[in-house]
Amino acid sequence: MPGAFEGETVNRRRFMTATVHGAGAVAAAAFTLPALGFALGPVFSRLPWSWQAIGKPSDFTQDNYVIKAITIVQGIGEAGKSIAYVRARDSAIDKEPEDQYNHWVALSSRCMHLGCPVRYVAAAERFICPCHGGVYDFRGMVAGGPPVRPLDRFYTRLNSTTGLVELGPRYSVNSELQRFSPRDPGEPLDGIGQFLYPSRFSTAKRP
Amino acid sequence: MPKLPAPPLPKVLRPKPNRPGQNGNGNGAMTPADAAQEAGITVVDWLDERTALSGGIRWMLFRKVPPGVNWFYTLGSATMFAFISQAVTGVFLAMYYNPAPNDAYESVRYITDQVFLGQFVRGMHKWGASVMVILIFLHMGRVFFFGAYKYPRELTWVIGVVLLILTLAMGFTGYLLPFNQQAYWASIVGININATGPLIGPFLSDFLRAGPEFGATTLSRFYAIHMMVIPGLIAALIGLHLYLITKLGISAPPWMKAEPERELELEKVEI
Repeated sequence: MPGAFEGETVNRRRFMTATVHGAGAVAAAAFTLPALGFALGPVFSRLPWSWQAIGKPSDFTQDNYVIKAITIVQGIGEAGKSIAYVRARDSAIDKEPEDQYNHWVALSSRCMHLGCPVRYVAAAERFICPCHGGVYDFRGMVAGGPPVRPLDRFYTRLNSTTGLVELGPRYSVNSELQRFSPRDPGEPLDGIGQFLYPSRFSTAKRP
Repeated sequence: MPKLPAPPLPKVLRPKPNRPGQNGNGNGAMTPADAAQEAGITVVDWLDERTALSGGIRWMLFRKVPPGVNWFYTLGSATMFAFISQAVTGVFLAMYYNPAPNDAYESVRYITDQVFLGQFVRGMHKWGASVMVILIFLHMGRVFFFGAYKYPRELTWVIGVVLLILTLAMGFTGYLLPFNQQAYWASIVGININATGPLIGPFLSDFLRAGPEFGATTLSRFYAIHMMVIPGLIAALIGLHLYLITKLGISAPPWMKAEPERELELEKVEI
């Protein structure tokens, strides 16, 4: 090494170079890391949710859906609103195990192909998506078209103090109607799907 | 002060030398009229002495091009001018646009209906976006079919492909900004297509939306990406692209045969 004494591994020049590079790296990291964290933060923060009252138990029948406007994201007006299709559970056709959260079946209007809003056509007892032709049957199971899993659902419960039906967070289901934490549309949950599309940090797992 | 050699201008455009006795007042000093006449040259010389930019400009603009270049070779510049047009109109649209979920649609409507020439500038930006995408694909096709991506221009091609992807990302992020029904649902679908990527897809869509649902900051996030992040990257990469083009020269069209050097030809004749 030029300019070094015998056996010396760090001379002044090399020490200076390392110090300057190190200081530069620290200075760059000092603004890069916070900025990166700022941009990535929402991926890790959980979206708040609440139980919202959607009506009296007598409002809902077993053989038809009632449209309820619900708030998914608060504070952004119309853009934060969505629609739930709600009916009372019918044990004759709803074979998934009953618990305190599914006395009322509340389906999300979000198509499980790519997220367009589906429309319930009472005459055909089908949910139909206008974008790419996804079709779901009365229970929200895929009846045709590109959707990869049944329509998402919401937890529902009866509030014993107010006597009103309340709607909670969204959850996703596979083709056996097993519950999963909410996934984005287009992500199948059967077989390997639940591992290829893991649960996110940003969604509540249980009500 | 050393005079720089004049750029190879055609003869007609070259300044005529002064006739003897016309310049100066006889003792070598300049008259004010002469000084005024030469003001431009003086300013350019002053700048050039300090920046030495003229060499770079000459290197960039007065370079040799192969015989046989044709109109297809202008598609790259056309794409760049489309980008510049997008940048300029975008800056002026940003003066009126408000990326808040409750105000965005109204501000776009204000631009279209109220602002003087607003409809025109917005139209330029909207249609210019399509024009830029069309031009960039035509340019890519020209480079591909002329074989201009081959050695030593592979890196130019790779940067061009990155520019293509960034241009499409501009289209995607810009589509949401009018915040009408079409923009909203197209962006929902686009974000969900991102989400279908295995393993990282769900997190990528969370990053794009700034959360699990289309929320309060999704629009401003798209806006920031659309007008700050990607244009900066595109401008920097266009600079690099142009540097490589100038450095490596333009490739001749594939139907041109390599010309044998004239001196060798003459030698052959003499023998």
